[in-house]
Amino acid sequence: MKVPETEIQQAINDPRLQLAIYTATGRLIDHRAGVVSAEALPDYQALRDEAHAIKKHTIENLDYYLEQLESNVVAHGGKVVFCRTGEEAADFVLNLAKERDLHMLVKSKSMTSEEIHFNERLEKHHLEAIETDLGEYILQLAHQRPYHIVAPALHLTRYDVADVFTKELGVENEVAIEKQTKLARKVLRQKFLEAGIGVSGANFLIADSGAIVIVENEGNARLTTSTPKIHIAIAGIEKVIPRAQDLAVFLNLLGRSATGQPLTVYTSFLSGPRRESEIDGPDEFYLLLLDNGRTNLLADPEKRQSLFCIRCGACLNHCPVYRKIGGHNYPWVYSGPIGAIITPQFHGINQDTWLPFASSLCGACAEVCPVKIEIPKLLLKLREEVTEVKRRQCSDGLERFAFQLFAWVATHPKIYRFLANLGSIFFPLVPHIGPLKKWASQRSVPEPAKQSFHAWWASRKGSS
Amino acid sequence: MNTRVSLFVTCIVDQVFPQVGIAITQVLERLGYQVDFPSAQTCCGQPAFNSGYTDEARSIARHFLDVFRDSEHIIVPSGSCTSMISHHFADIFQHDPQLLAAAHALEPRVWEFSRFLLEVARVEDVGARFDGVVTYHDSCHALRELRIKSGPRTLLTKVQGLTLAEMSAAEECCGFGGTFSIKFPEVSGAMGRTKIEAIQKTGASTVVSIDSSCLMQLQGVIDRAGLPIRTMHLAEVLAAQ
Amino acid sequence: MVGVTEGFLVTAREQILGDIRRALGRAAGQPPLFEVAPLGSGELAAPSLRIPRSDGNLFVNLFVQKFENLGGKSFRVRDTSAAVPVIADLLVQKSAVASNSPFLRKCGVTGLPQVHAGFSERDELKKACSAADIGITSVDYALAETGSFVMLSSFNEARLVSLLPPAHIAIFPRSLILANLDQLLSMLPRPADQTSSMVLITGPSRTADIEQILVRGVHGPGEIYAVIVDQD
Repeated sequence: MKVPETEIQQAINDPRLQLAIYTATGRLIDHRAGVVSAEALPDYQALRDEAHAIKKHTIENLDYYLEQLESNVVAHGGKVVFCRTGEEAADFVLNLAKERDLHMLVKSKSMTSEEIHFNERLEKHHLEAIETDLGEYILQLAHQRPYHIVAPALHLTRYDVADVFTKELGVENEVAIEKQTKLARKVLRQKFLEAGIGVSGANFLIADSGAIVIVENEGNARLTTSTPKIHIAIAGIEKVIPRAQDLAVFLNLLGRSATGQPLTVYTSFLSGPRRESEIDGPDEFYLLLLDNGRTNLLADPEKRQSLFCIRCGACLNHCPVYRKIGGHNYPWVYSGPIGAIITPQFHGINQDTWLPFASSLCGACAEVCPVKIEIPKLLLKLREEVTEVKRRQCSDGLERFAFQLFAWVATHPKIYRFLANLGSIFFPLVPHIGPLKKWASQRSVPEPAKQSFHAWWASRKGSS
Repeated sequence: MNTRVSLFVTCIVDQVFPQVGIAITQVLERLGYQVDFPSAQTCCGQPAFNSGYTDEARSIARHFLDVFRDSEHIIVPSGSCTSMISHHFADIFQHDPQLLAAAHALEPRVWEFSRFLLEVARVEDVGARFDGVVTYHDSCHALRELRIKSGPRTLLTKVQGLTLAEMSAAEECCGFGGTFSIKFPEVSGAMGRTKIEAIQKTGASTVVSIDSSCLMQLQGVIDRAGLPIRTMHLAEVLAAQ
Repeated sequence: MVGVTEGFLVTAREQILGDIRRALGRAAGQPPLFEVAPLGSGELAAPSLRIPRSDGNLFVNLFVQKFENLGGKSFRVRDTSAAVPVIADLLVQKSAVASNSPFLRKCGVTGLPQVHAGFSERDELKKACSAADIGITSVDYALAETGSFVMLSSFNEARLVSLLPPAHIAIFPRSLILANLDQLLSMLPRPADQTSSMVLITGPSRTADIEQILVRGVHGPGEIYAVIVDQD
């Protein structure tokens, strides 16, 4: 896919959208800063190191921990279903619903389910999947993709929401945000009470407990996993951590990094169907473990750290590029810096070859990543790979020639100095050279110096 | 004193902003150093490396190692070039033990200019005078790879007549990113404009940085907007009297 | 789910685990490898737990401060007989469901006329909680640093009482207040051994999904109250 130039330009030239993105991410930046400061969390850097180390160990021994997870889920009365693809995951749910004659299920927020187009697959077979997270519910009604990993409806105004509700729910146009929220609560409450299946994601999978952990602020995940008689959780295989105690590291990082909350409103630690003495809770629990290409990322020892991600969204918030182009201009559901490094690894380096280059390598992402993924380093690796592919395909010849020429000149000092003196002839041409035209359209082009530093130095020495 | 220091001016200073090289020379000589300029120097290879052309970057980096083999102190007026040399040469030469060793031997001898002044020359006040309100832009590589933040600010506050005003988005990227600004010009321009807005709010008439590439980006956006703000390298401010 | 690999039929499970092992260069049944030699036992080094020390007062004061910052309202009472009077106002013209917690019985909550208690059947409980204005529970623990309630699902504490009604009152003894999550995990290293659901409740339900404007009471209770009893 080519760079979505028109859409990027539209996003940049839309002052309302720019303000929405900048202030929303700005707020998340400030909130995070407040709770990871040296006063608020003196152990912040140590926690990051620990989180990285635990994830590294787990990923490097992933088969072991997945088997331990599986046996503990089963020990607590649940079932584990390994799914190679999104299709397998959707098929499992469809078959189960068919078996039980169920036509509707409720869903809590899961980026993994977006990744596999879960809702669309179900709808094709007439199984209604209702999003219950407020932002996701609005997007579902509006038929849109999430804009941000943590704040999916970042780009919408209350007027957009009012119009969506009027159009899809047939209600009077209501722009008061409190009233919009109350309406969604009322509509969705009915669904929670009626649904026979609740589908959730999972932030963490706990191997030694056979448990999943879900963090949220609204309460829809608690409801999704408590009122229906069947609970199905979908999670990527990389979500597993070894022990419940490791949550002391991860839960102290996740909320803070994502929204600036030391803990989100609800943190649920769920291990299977309700126990015998418990009054409520589901009767059946299924954990769907999804591969969908994750095993491909495992093979590369340098790049497998991409799987450490705990989906906090901090890298998006701090990325100056994300803050300008917005979430919808990334080719996949995962946007921002994490999206930029995993998309080529999942979809192949030949797709979206522009993506690893859509970064100034400022490093703000790596600075805030709670699990210390070296994002700029991986972007550079991917750039190297793209360039290799193009070399073999003999494409982008002009750029390659330019860099080869540059390297030749830079390793032949006499030629370099000679050309420098001609610089004033070449620079004015810059605005007219194809690829440089657009660069020049955004700024005044600098003029080359009348006398290079080399020449100044040489003349100075001559005169002394 | 007569300690020799070698100057690596960087290709952008050499070609576009030689006054920065001249200013650095003046400041170092004023402090009693003997400045040496190996004339075979060209570039550190960063543009090629950042664009994925590792082989080309490697040949340029090899040349750099040759040119500066015998230099005791290499002074660099750029955070990004310094971090290229001290952090990324190791990546470039990872498969060549000899060159890797040479790169590692070089690392402790390479100094970004402001860091050299503070940590080797051990001066904070270089006797400069510059009247006006100045704001400082943290260039990304300097800030995040070299951890340079308070140093340049300390040097600026010791300049007579200078008032330092912090901008709200000091740590945000200016949008240059080398070939990024050519491949994604609208995004680059938009990032630059965000910085300019923050600069305007400080009331500063001058923006200072330790990276000429950032200054070039910012000045370009400033001039396009027709604003009366100028950009200066830290060295130029410290050379002013 | 069955697939074909090298001519043999494999399940999705076997394929995924096989792909993982191939990618990592590991063999089936191989124990985990540790890069950094741990202290002898061959186990992954335990995570550092950061547990501040305190006298009893620090924790309760900190809990109250954090709880109220989140928008909760708290009351401190001397003993169990003083609990009901402070919540009396909240119950006026309202209906409530109470959990089966013995502590609530001790406080006299279950005897109140507007309070429906003693549910042991899921559908009845669900119906009652859907209709009630207030859910009244005790807690298993509370966390001072974050102002959180910790609730383990059990016969004494059903999930829905603190979830369905739009308001939630938790009445509990001060002695249940721990320092923080780290201390909870050190005391309860395997919550799954005890319950199918452990929930940390940190403030009223909220969202900022629309224009980043904070709204309370989205799906869970929008109003929460803590009644802390000094003497058990």
